[in-house]
Amino acid sequence: MTTSETELKALMLASQGGDSASHRKLLERLSRHLRAYYKHKLASFGRGATEAEDLVQEALLAVHIQRHTYDPAEPLTPWVHAIARYKLIDFLRRSRTSRTDVPIDQADDLVAHDDHVAAENSYDIRRLIGKLPKNMQCAIEAVKLEGLSIAEAARRYRLSEPTVKVSIHRGLRALADLIAKEVNA
Amino acid sequence: MNTDELAAALSRHVEPVDRRLIRRSVGLALVAAFILALGLMAVSLGVRADLMTAHAAVFLVGKVAFAIAIVGIALIYLLRLARPGGEHKVTSRWPVAPFAAAILLAAVSLAFSPSSHWNGMILGDEWLECLLSIPIIAIVPFAVLVWAVRQAAPTNLVRTGAFTGLVAGGVSALAYALHCTTDSLPFVAVWYGGTIVLCTVAGAALGPRLLRWGSQIWTRFTSA
Repeated sequence: MTTSETELKALMLASQGGDSASHRKLLERLSRHLRAYYKHKLASFGRGATEAEDLVQEALLAVHIQRHTYDPAEPLTPWVHAIARYKLIDFLRRSRTSRTDVPIDQADDLVAHDDHVAAENSYDIRRLIGKLPKNMQCAIEAVKLEGLSIAEAARRYRLSEPTVKVSIHRGLRALADLIAKEVNA
Repeated sequence: MNTDELAAALSRHVEPVDRRLIRRSVGLALVAAFILALGLMAVSLGVRADLMTAHAAVFLVGKVAFAIAIVGIALIYLLRLARPGGEHKVTSRWPVAPFAAAILLAAVSLAFSPSSHWNGMILGDEWLECLLSIPIIAIVPFAVLVWAVRQAAPTNLVRTGAFTGLVAGGVSALAYALHCTTDSLPFVAVWYGGTIVLCTVAGAALGPRLLRWGSQIWTRFTSA
């Protein structure tokens, strides 16, 4: 087992438990691995760093939304790799690339390299958040962008705390759909 | 928003997750699927009248055991497939076992019967009813199970769809067994087995449309 696997898994377990600092560290480390992975993969399809960065953000959002599907009894690397690969294939289909057969690769390929040179991506998430239904937009802006607590956001918008939580959860899922549409266009 | 800002935003006020959500959703869906299938069978076909006789009970237990074996094994794999990367922990060996056992028992039962009886043993009186009922009763359980799997994130949609169809077919076969009066092993192997396989194939075909997550662009499929 690689050191990355051990460290990343520990971060994921803490993040599943609700530890924000671990979650941030996990997403930052994964973004570097995902960037190296996507740059390498997309190069063989003649796509550049912008598309790779688009995919890094899509995959990070998916890791965040789907973190409840990670089973602690299993290693983390194959889980992240499966999401990364799923998003890659989805992207290639959406962008109507004639070649959609992605060669089989190993889960370890994902953590073997990292790349911290972030490129600009093609869409602006802030703008896409503005397209969400009102409750979702308010909840995400207050909690995720401004950093208010769930309770503070609930008080500001006169919503219940569960409503704020559900709005964030559904809003991020809807945001993932919007990003997919944007990258398709 | 750059990637670091996105990571920072997603990390503000992170809530603990419910790791048992998938198990609970699929378990709940399975219970609902059984109730709906049994209800549909009872209303549209009716429970067989001779249910309480010893002969009927023996065959009913056999049919139900066949269906439960299929559902039980398929469910284990469905729970794996529902998670990203779960397809690497799925083999086709175990799910095939109940079908192989049914075919083996059917062959033995044919071998011990005169060949003039074979036609009746395989076709029974109601093969057409069975052929139609199991797939039709399976539709609602399939829909409920799809809902549950959509709470998770399968990354192999064809295989996940196939196993969703297999569970739905098994649930439907169990419900149909309470109505079916053809008590013959070859009949069960051919018509129960065949229709459950049909449900599996249908599930595999529908999986990529119904189980896709993260990009709901349905028009892609019609324009392709």
